[in-house]
Amino acid sequence: MGEITTKVLVLGGGPGGYVAAIRAGHHGLDVVLVEEQRLGGTCLNVGCIPSKALIHAAEAYHHAVGQQSGSVFGLTVEKPVMDFTKTVAWKDGIVTRLNTGVAALLKRSNVKILRGRGTMVDGKTCEVETDTGPETVRAEHVILATGSVSTELPFLPFGGRVISSTGALSLPEVPATMAVVGAGYIGLELGTAFAKLGAKVTVVETADRILPNYDAELTRPVARHVANLGIEVLLGARATGLSASGDALVVETGNETREIPADAVLVAVGRKPRTAGWGLERLDLDMSGPFIRIDERCATSMRNVWAVGDVTGDPMLAHRAMAQGEMVADIVSGLPRAFHKVAIPAVCFTDPEIVSAGLSPDDAKAAGYEIRTGVFPFGANGRAMTLAAGDGFVRVTARADNHLVLGIQAVGAGISELSASFGLALEMGARLEDVAGTIHAHPTLGEAFQEANLKAMGEAIHI
Amino acid sequence: MAFRSVKLPDIGEGVAEAEVVAWHVKVGDAVREDQPLADVMTDKATVEIPSPVHGTVAALGVEAGQMLAVGGELVRLDIGGEASAPEPRATTGVDVSADVEAAENAEAGQPVSELEPAADGLEPRPPIPTSPAPHAEVPGEAGPRSTQNRGASFEAPLRSAPQSLPRTGSGDEERGRLQPAAGRRSNPLPSGPPRPAGEKPVASPAVRKRALEAGIDLRQVHGTGPAGRIGHEDIDAYLSAGDEPATATPVIGRQPNTAVEEIKVIGLRRRIAQKMADAKRKIAHFSYVEEVDVTALEELRAALNTRYAATRPKLTLIPFLVQALVRTVPDFPQMNALYDDDAEVIHRHAGVHVGIATQTPNGLMVPVLRHAEARDLWDSAAEVKRLADAARGGIAARDELTGSTITITSLGALGGIVSTPVINRPEVAIIGVNKQMMRPVWRDGAFAPRLIMNLSSSFDHRVVDGYDAAMFVQAIRALIETPALLFMDS
Repeated sequence: MGEITTKVLVLGGGPGGYVAAIRAGHHGLDVVLVEEQRLGGTCLNVGCIPSKALIHAAEAYHHAVGQQSGSVFGLTVEKPVMDFTKTVAWKDGIVTRLNTGVAALLKRSNVKILRGRGTMVDGKTCEVETDTGPETVRAEHVILATGSVSTELPFLPFGGRVISSTGALSLPEVPATMAVVGAGYIGLELGTAFAKLGAKVTVVETADRILPNYDAELTRPVARHVANLGIEVLLGARATGLSASGDALVVETGNETREIPADAVLVAVGRKPRTAGWGLERLDLDMSGPFIRIDERCATSMRNVWAVGDVTGDPMLAHRAMAQGEMVADIVSGLPRAFHKVAIPAVCFTDPEIVSAGLSPDDAKAAGYEIRTGVFPFGANGRAMTLAAGDGFVRVTARADNHLVLGIQAVGAGISELSASFGLALEMGARLEDVAGTIHAHPTLGEAFQEANLKAMGEAIHI
Repeated sequence: MAFRSVKLPDIGEGVAEAEVVAWHVKVGDAVREDQPLADVMTDKATVEIPSPVHGTVAALGVEAGQMLAVGGELVRLDIGGEASAPEPRATTGVDVSADVEAAENAEAGQPVSELEPAADGLEPRPPIPTSPAPHAEVPGEAGPRSTQNRGASFEAPLRSAPQSLPRTGSGDEERGRLQPAAGRRSNPLPSGPPRPAGEKPVASPAVRKRALEAGIDLRQVHGTGPAGRIGHEDIDAYLSAGDEPATATPVIGRQPNTAVEEIKVIGLRRRIAQKMADAKRKIAHFSYVEEVDVTALEELRAALNTRYAATRPKLTLIPFLVQALVRTVPDFPQMNALYDDDAEVIHRHAGVHVGIATQTPNGLMVPVLRHAEARDLWDSAAEVKRLADAARGGIAARDELTGSTITITSLGALGGIVSTPVINRPEVAIIGVNKQMMRPVWRDGAFAPRLIMNLSSSFDHRVVDGYDAAMFVQAIRALIETPALLFMDS
């Protein structure tokens, strides 16, 4: 049995863990990163990256299909053919390329990668089952980055045609019918993609609208597109299990019980922190609900044991984990750091896309602010028209007294890229006047951001 | 500018790390040789660390309340003899405050590299009041025009020759390379608090990072930018304002008081907190309360105190209780024991070392009456008094505060009628003394006034069964109710 002594042990090679490891390596620290599966975590292997690849392919195919009967700008195509095997191969190729990329970055930062399942023995020791036998790693600092897993429903256990988002991303072919349990962003992103690829999709949601974590105004354009795609959305409905024959999902809506035929049942009811199977119980850390409790420095209740990413709480987003990982590596190297971010932008890659950064108008009012808001519709944006994508808007919320921007939301085609400028404005402490006074290139979707700020000041030009 | 790093010396007792409980200096202070820098606390003793040289404090290694390893940097002193207020200097082609430069040196892997993570910019720290000082932009009003000004100030040359920053990384690029806004204006800083209580300071990430590294609490900094935004120039002003007292705005009439005082749980209080939480988390407590007739005992105590008033120490109830314990323990060895729950081993002690829970000005301490079995009543009484005085005076030695095998807790007249004492882990039993009350008791066919006192005791149910605990308390009770038994050598 081998034994390794190191300065920093990172448990988990997802976005939080690998970024922490690279950064710690840059600081010249000895780092061992333990990962049982492929590097890159949920995000890279079975989350963000493959789903966006699938969404892009589905979008392209869907456009082509729509253009069989012509398009507004005069393009007509013959019946398009989708070789889904190639789609999957292309998607897997991207994942592999990024896996290799992460490994190369880690190597260049002198991080030792230990492949195998790691189990914490105490706050400084981890036992790793590697292919070549058990290894014991002793470290001065431990960074827990164990991530999260899809939540399973007891009456719809994963297996057979009941799949998680991971399963949906590795389907070898497009199912003819698909039932999606949960109309959160994961369920809607994948449900939309498979609908565009030709599946008959039904979405089941217990709440009274889709994307219940976002405000109704933002989700309305998405609901319209979902309906246009022929996706049936059952709201206030509860999935209760598979039918007796096993080929349909049983759903209760009000007093009625329905069976929805489904070749695949995607359960996307959220994710839960991965707190089992790696020795957390032996560390006896303070918890915050199901998550490991951390302070603003990502310190746990045990000295020199740090935690980052999904295992520490919401929002479970890769970029939050990365920012935390980078910060913890700095702290471990002796730098004063604290996680004082104004905003962690969130994006739904639905059709159209949704971005939310900072407070919504309701959040801001609930926090006691007097606010003013400005909404600018893409219907009045030249670039959106030229993209034949006029649905959606940008909405800015600012303090009424000093115009400090508190939050920015947008819904529209391709607006995920605007999240960068939204985040920047919030982190820099921009006022309405700052964004309004910044020249935004014409013709771009970003102009709608500038105009929304002008609108909030009562000075919009193009509306 | 030369720096001298003051390391945490080896303060004995085989300790590897110590908690910094109080700072006597702050960044920017001039210190003389032998001037105390900080108080550090080991297991129980507090030690003052003096400055070895004259100098100016450039950086503190940790915040009060944090642990520091022996040999870790406690303070970095600038011994170049320059003024404490960091002045913009032209040597590197950019204006970098001393603190920023210090932080950069830290980055470069110099001594501070093993520093504890410290100085979080939004953590409360000893308030450095701001004050009127010649300074920056007009607060409040700012429109597009001021946005333009701001733009202009960023056009200043941002890059300089790389200093000692060997690493890459986008975060590092920025640090300290932004010029403070050109042109100081003569408007005084606004007085009063920088912003309403509870409101977050607004500042760009670069400013927040600089504040963290310079140990500045941004909540104390006035933001003179639009919407009260704090810029690099505000940090400069804050650093050069020093510690002149702030002018308070006079208030008329009754005002809502929204003050929230944050008290860091450090030092002895933190130790108490940890010990109590550990005890409650790990031990399966149960409490057992029994009524004890102390009429006879109190008569005896009064008689002894009268008789020996001049020559011997005054007897309290405690030495009697200690005697009762000493005589009971041989029959109940499981009560005078330490339970090592990690190793799952019970250590039964033959010697009775009685912890006496004592309230001190700093909080609860438990000095230990060692080998009570070898002491008589008077000896115990004298030792209990000496220990209590030492604990209250803060002069108790480390070995007087450790090593108890069973504990007595008594609040005297404040004892209440029942209590549920927390066991002094790893002990397994604690005897709580409640107040004495004259009560009518049915005796021999009539009510008689009797002095009654409850004993509220807690036991560790993991290793002590209820039956044994009850028998143990009953044995103590029998001795106390017939105090002559305390002095019988069988």
